Amino acid sequence: MIDMRAAVRFNEAVAKDLFLMGLEAPAILHSARPGQFVMLGLGEGADPLLRRPFSICGRKGEDTLLILYRIVGRGTALLARLGEGVDLPCLGPLGRGFDLPEDGGTVLAVAGGIGIAPLVSLMQSRSGRPCECLIGCRTAAELVPLDALVPPDRVIRVITDDGSSGRRGLVTDLLEERLGRKEKPPGLICACGPQPMLREVARLAAQAHVSCQVSLEARMACGVGACQGCVVAASTGAGGGYLRVCREGPVFDAEEVDWGRSHGR
Amino acid sequence: MGAEPVDMRVSLGPLQLKNPVVAASGTYGYGEEYAELVDPSLLGGIVVKGLSLKPREGNPPPRIVETPCGMLNAIGLANCGLDRFLAEKVPLLDNLDTAVIVNIYGHSTAEYGDLAEALRGVDAVDALEVNISCPNVECGGLAFGTDPLAAARVTESVVRHADKPVIVKLSPNVTDIRVIARAVEAAGADALSLINTLTGMAVDVASRRPLLGNVSGGLSGPAIKPVALYMLYQTVRAVHIPVMGMGGIMGARDALEFLITGATALQVGTAHFVDPRASIEIVAGIELYCRDHGIRRVADLSGTLVV
Repeated sequence: MIDMRAAVRFNEAVAKDLFLMGLEAPAILHSARPGQFVMLGLGEGADPLLRRPFSICGRKGEDTLLILYRIVGRGTALLARLGEGVDLPCLGPLGRGFDLPEDGGTVLAVAGGIGIAPLVSLMQSRSGRPCECLIGCRTAAELVPLDALVPPDRVIRVITDDGSSGRRGLVTDLLEERLGRKEKPPGLICACGPQPMLREVARLAAQAHVSCQVSLEARMACGVGACQGCVVAASTGAGGGYLRVCREGPVFDAEEVDWGRSHGR
Repeated sequence: MGAEPVDMRVSLGPLQLKNPVVAASGTYGYGEEYAELVDPSLLGGIVVKGLSLKPREGNPPPRIVETPCGMLNAIGLANCGLDRFLAEKVPLLDNLDTAVIVNIYGHSTAEYGDLAEALRGVDAVDALEVNISCPNVECGGLAFGTDPLAAARVTESVVRHADKPVIVKLSPNVTDIRVIARAVEAAGADALSLINTLTGMAVDVASRRPLLGNVSGGLSGPAIKPVALYMLYQTVRAVHIPVMGMGGIMGARDALEFLITGATALQVGTAHFVDPRASIEIVAGIELYCRDHGIRRVADLSGTLVV
């Protein structure tokens, strides 16, 4: 865990309301695993007050850490205005990342909307090993161009709510088809997106007897496990009660989460 | 301006602190969460997460929402309970070279006493902070902190059973904080800490739902500092026991305002989420101010407000 000031290398719109920011943070980047996150300070004053959690989307070169974000509120709107050279408080790498087997077959990444962020890092790390990716989003304008971000040998399929790119439908439709096909099932599913989508991914994975890890999102204050603000309901298998997204997650085995008690936004 | 070091030690009744800056309950875990970044031994003390007899899983999420210059939380005193605290956390706390204050919370007057009793003889614990002011739990908590009789009874129960200094943490959610402060003092408290969070809420206009799973929560951060400072001002004039001030302290300048107004020591909470080093930097900032103003002992700064 390193707390540093990271200089903005670039901060550009890559799709509708979506921005890709490059931060000079080699020390954090070098110890980070796919699925981990950073807490970024957005301003010098008291409003906005708290740092915000962002998945480490991946890397560019040796020292640039990538953050992919959607403008959803005042904090991210402020972030989108920052230009090259500004530096931000950056704490990381934080949390539990994806637990990726050295072998064990294909990793299937399933992304809903901005949920693609931690999965880019996953695809980057699987260089030379089989990795597929299913992406769903509302419309073609919201699709993040991945060509420059992930190795070219990744198999990527896209589906949109309105059919403007790929087919019309949900990413879970693609997943259901992939799992139903005769070809060898994936060794592991890694998913990130809205909670209703993740719940369905978890159900389909369990039905197909494929291991599934999900990356969850929550409002956070500390990011290190001290405040207990970012919890998700735990299944009885995980002991019940609540699990901290920042510390026990943000990546969980799908069976650790009580999807019935978890009401995502 | 000599190079002579400033004496940063302060006394909260029988509790001695190496400096006046203490990490507030619920914002610093058990000292281990931030240990990779900051050395807790540089602090005057830490108040560990509110402890109850039985484990508490806390409130349903979302538990946190940011508001202008502040945050609302409704954690609901999630904690591991007394048995696990003694088995797992006390050995960690034993290694800390700073005062360890345990914040205790009960459903009944008797439970507060039971907790104090259970912590007798636990050397790692230097003092108790009696939480009668949490706004985020259904029974207990705030119910004890808004009624002077109930507050006095809880205090008496803890004082009777404890072998450590007793600090009572007061709520701002009252008409006159002095009434509660005097009742708690008369019941035997060694010191007071104030303020806990202010009850508040926030609403999502898209879904028309409260933004917190618990509907309401406790407001902290810079937004509450003027309220905290005024309540401190009132309280230090109403009692003779030392007071720890808190509420929106983000930097050394805020901390100095509380000391000047009459706080003997300070607690820093929400600031840790903005900058994990906040409390350490506040210690350094207070020391620098004292040096620049020829103040040899930080204790001499307390209550120097000119009205």
